[in-house]
Formats: sequence, C-alpha cells, structure tokens
Amino acid sequence: MQIASIEEKWAGAVKEVTIGATKESGGTRESVVTVGGARCIPFMDFDGDQGNRPVIAMDVYDLPPENLPEPLLKHYKDVMNDPASWAKKCAEEYGADLICLKLDGIHPDKGNRSSNDAIKTVKSILEAVSIPLIIWGCENDERDNEVMPKVSQAAAGEKCLLGVATQENYKTITAVCLADGHNLITQAPVDINIGKQVNILVTDLGFPLDRIVMFQTTGALGYGIEYCYSIHERGRVAALSGDGQMSTPVICDVGHEAWRAKEAKATDEEAPQWGSFAERGIMWETITATTLLQSGVDIIRMYHPKAVSIVKDHIDQLAMKV
Amino acid sequence: MITIGERINGMFTDVKNAIKNKDAKVVQELAKRQTDAGATYLDVNVGTAAADQLNTMKWLVEVIQEAVKTPIALDSQKLEVIKAGLEVIKNDVMINSAQGDPETLDIYMELAKKHNAALICLTMNKDGVPQNVDTRVEIAVTIVEKATEYRMDMDKIFIDPILLGVNVDQKQPAYMLEVFNQIKLLSDPPPHITVGLSNFSQGTKEKSLLNRTFLTMAITAGLDTALMDVLDKDLMDAAICSEMVMNKQIYSDSFLKAARK
Repeated sequence: MQIASIEEKWAGAVKEVTIGATKESGGTRESVVTVGGARCIPFMDFDGDQGNRPVIAMDVYDLPPENLPEPLLKHYKDVMNDPASWAKKCAEEYGADLICLKLDGIHPDKGNRSSNDAIKTVKSILEAVSIPLIIWGCENDERDNEVMPKVSQAAAGEKCLLGVATQENYKTITAVCLADGHNLITQAPVDINIGKQVNILVTDLGFPLDRIVMFQTTGALGYGIEYCYSIHERGRVAALSGDGQMSTPVICDVGHEAWRAKEAKATDEEAPQWGSFAERGIMWETITATTLLQSGVDIIRMYHPKAVSIVKDHIDQLAMKV
Repeated sequence: MITIGERINGMFTDVKNAIKNKDAKVVQELAKRQTDAGATYLDVNVGTAAADQLNTMKWLVEVIQEAVKTPIALDSQKLEVIKAGLEVIKNDVMINSAQGDPETLDIYMELAKKHNAALICLTMNKDGVPQNVDTRVEIAVTIVEKATEYRMDMDKIFIDPILLGVNVDQKQPAYMLEVFNQIKLLSDPPPHITVGLSNFSQGTKEKSLLNRTFLTMAITAGLDTALMDVLDKDLMDAAICSEMVMNKQIYSDSFLKAARK
C-alpha cells in the first residue's frame, strides 16, 4: 500500500543573518556565525532545507553577577571579575559559538559604569576571543541610548549583534547599528503583534531585514515556557508562509531565565526531595533549551557548560549531524 | 494575495491608442504604476482593435520587459497569440487562459509545462459558461485531474470559475462563494482560485465599493488571487485587511504599511 506523503510545502524562508566579520570583511574575527535560512519547521528536513544549525551564545557579564548558584560558581568564580577571561573560557573550553556580553554594569542601579568602562570591556573581549560577539545593553533606555552608540562605534566593522530595540525605544540603537554595520536585536514582551511592529518600525528607518534577530523575551520551564513556545511557533509558521516582516531569525535567553527558577537554585538542604542540586539546574537549563529548539529558535543564550554540551549534542542528533 | 493587474488591455482607450501609435511610454507607465501598486502579475491583452494580434502581443511584452521585471500574464483566447508572447518572454509567466474541455487542457497543460508557466483554467467548456454550482465544480475536477496527470505543481494552477456581473444574475455571487469553498477541497495542496473581479461591477454605479465587498467575501471563501484594478488603493487595502482577518498575516499596528511594501 502506498503511504500518502505528509510533506508540507512552505512558500517562505527565514532570512540568513551573519554575525561577525573576518579581516577580509573589515573585522578581526577568525570565524563568523550565520543563522537562519530555514525553509521548514524545526528539524523537519523532509519538508525542506533546515537552514543553518541553531547556535549557542554563552553569557558573560561586565560585572560579577550577584548570588550565582554554586553549580555555576564552580565554573566561573575564577573569571567573574574579568570578562575577557570569562569569554575566553567559554570560547575555548566550553564550545560557545558566540559570546553574549551583557552590559548590566551600566545600569544606574547596578553600578552605573561609564561608557569608557563599557568600551574597555568590549575591546578586551574582542581581543581575548576570535568568535563573534553579541552586545546587550542594560535595558534602561536612558543609559542604553547614552552608552550603546559609543560601544557600537568602538566595535565598528566587527558586525556584532546589538540589542535591544523595543517599540518604545528603537531609534538610537537602530541608527548606530546601521552606521557601524552591526546586526540588531528587536525585542517584544511575548507579543507577536508587537514583535512584528518593532521590525516594521526599524525597517522603516532603512534598517535591512536581513540584519535583524527577533527576541520575544523568554520564559523558562515552569515559568511561562508555553507562552514563549507558542509565540515562536506562530512566528516561524508566519515566516515560512511568506510574512516578510516575521522572517528574521530568533534569539532566546535560556541561561538567565532557567537559573532564576527556584528548582534550579534550591540547595540540597533546602529541597532534599528534588534530586541533586549539582544536576538539577543543568537539567532545568537543558530542558528549557531543547524545548524551545522545537519552537523555532536560532540563537540560544546559555550559562552552564554541561548544559551547553548536552544541548549541542542534542542539536547534532536532531539535525542528523552525528 | 496574488494580484494580476488588469490595465494593459486593448479594451482601454489609452492602451488601444498606444498600440495604434506604437507609444511604448503609455504601456511602460502602466506597467510601472501597477508594479508599484503591488501587482504580482501584469495582464497583457491586445484587445480586438489590433490588426496583427501576434506582433502586437510581442511588442507589448517587449516594451513592458524593458520597464519592469514583474511577471506577465499573457491574456488571449487565441493560442497563437499566447505562443507569440511566449516567444519573447524573459521572466516568469502566466497563461490566461485555457477552457475546461479535456482536449483543450491537454494542449495548454503541455504548453505551460514546457515554459514553466502558471495557467489560468476557466470552468467553462464547449457548452458555454455554467450557470450553477455543480457544473462549475465538475469542470474544476477535470482541470485538477488533468493537472495531476501532467504532474503540474498545483501552485501553478489557477482555476477561474467565471464571475458574472452582479446586475446580470443576482443568484450568481452566492453560487461563486460556494464554488470557491468546494474547489479548495479538490486537492491538497489546492489549486489557486481566481476571478476577473472587475466583471462583477461592470455597468453599475458603485464599481469600487462592489468590487471590494465581493473581494472581501471571496477571500473568506478561499479566493486567493484575482485579475483586478490594482491601482484602486481601497481595493488593495481591503484585500490586505481580509487576509489579515483570515489569519494569513500577523496583525501589527502597521500591518497595512508592511503589506503594501
């Protein structure tokens, strides 16, 4: 008996975005990362081209994060005061595809560091590692609008991925990304309509769609992951159906969100019935990442090296690369 | 939706005169304006006035291709005129149109296949234009069967169930909506469903309003393309809104602007 084909044919595709620039293209990276390009829903390669493999960006902070749980501290306490060494460790020992530098230190409530401090950090990381860089502001509009243009200029030519542009605050960062040749993250609060609107707003300023990565904020396992999943899924189906403004790759923030969960943070003494503290957080981060992979994400921000290694292996298996 | 701009047709006086005087500018201007307005295809019909229809078709295609890259829909009831156009086509192309008799479909499917062309097939045959739902759907079935036989991509098949004027027979518009609903179920993926939209309001006093009202209702029933006046901005906006309401596009505050791009 002949079995009917269940192949889906999609009219659209996710755009490809390249992060990083080598010497030949005006930067200093030894390798670049290209994301997007899917012509099918995630890992359904019989429907069409899967596009580029999803990648892992490992988070590095410009000042030591407070209250980092022990399973993370174990790996980072020796480098927490030096973002360049932290980035180097992620790139060389933990297999990060990208470094995501989070400039929390410029926030008025978290250190109020100067633009010069931020520039120094960015430059030190660019020197320490040869992989591409994501630079993420502190999400205080006033400070971001002051510091990010200077940071952008200091990294001009490196084709970093800069964030974030929101519906309320997009003009400054869009203009500087355009001027300095960077890619741009557009952010919406788990709202597909606003997500599309921000993309329209920044492209109206002349920013090319193939340099945008969308961020819908992330909910971890047990903390709203289902909303986040539905939004990613609907966005991906819209992209594949030909909705041009939704056809950008997607980034999600798994590490930070997963390790905020009490299930990841509670020690053996606090929650003896929940299983080993040493492994719980890693699993929480891993499951959050592998779940969102199925919803259609291209860049996953992560924390724990073991979780990174499991997720990368999982991607290889799903993409049939092993 | 897939829109086919109707303006380059020898039935319009400006185009008729342009053909007569070999005035390429008038035709090119219409090609550009329709392209800017969002036309997916530009329909090209030499009309009845041209003495040499074959060469007129070639001339129109060539001057349009000098101005825009928009795919052209070669519109003629005569096979030789279509073939003349195909000789000079450079970009993607649509053939408009074949009638639904099996032997006619054989000829046109073969031709479409050879040129990788999209093909509009009318649900009419040698008995004329059907006035009911069932005969239209029967002919649509023949078209889908032939397309399958010729291994045509359903994305290239456009079934036109022939829209008549609202002032000709007022039972027909509701019949058409029923026909659209049934054609959608004939195959998976289904063929495209198209109409000559301006026929609907011909001879009436409220052309634009009637066209956009019917288009909105038709999109709800499954129509996804039309030969239409793409220069009618209200009509184009109504199409965008209808598709958004039908969840074919995600809402955002600037969805109209985004879709017009």
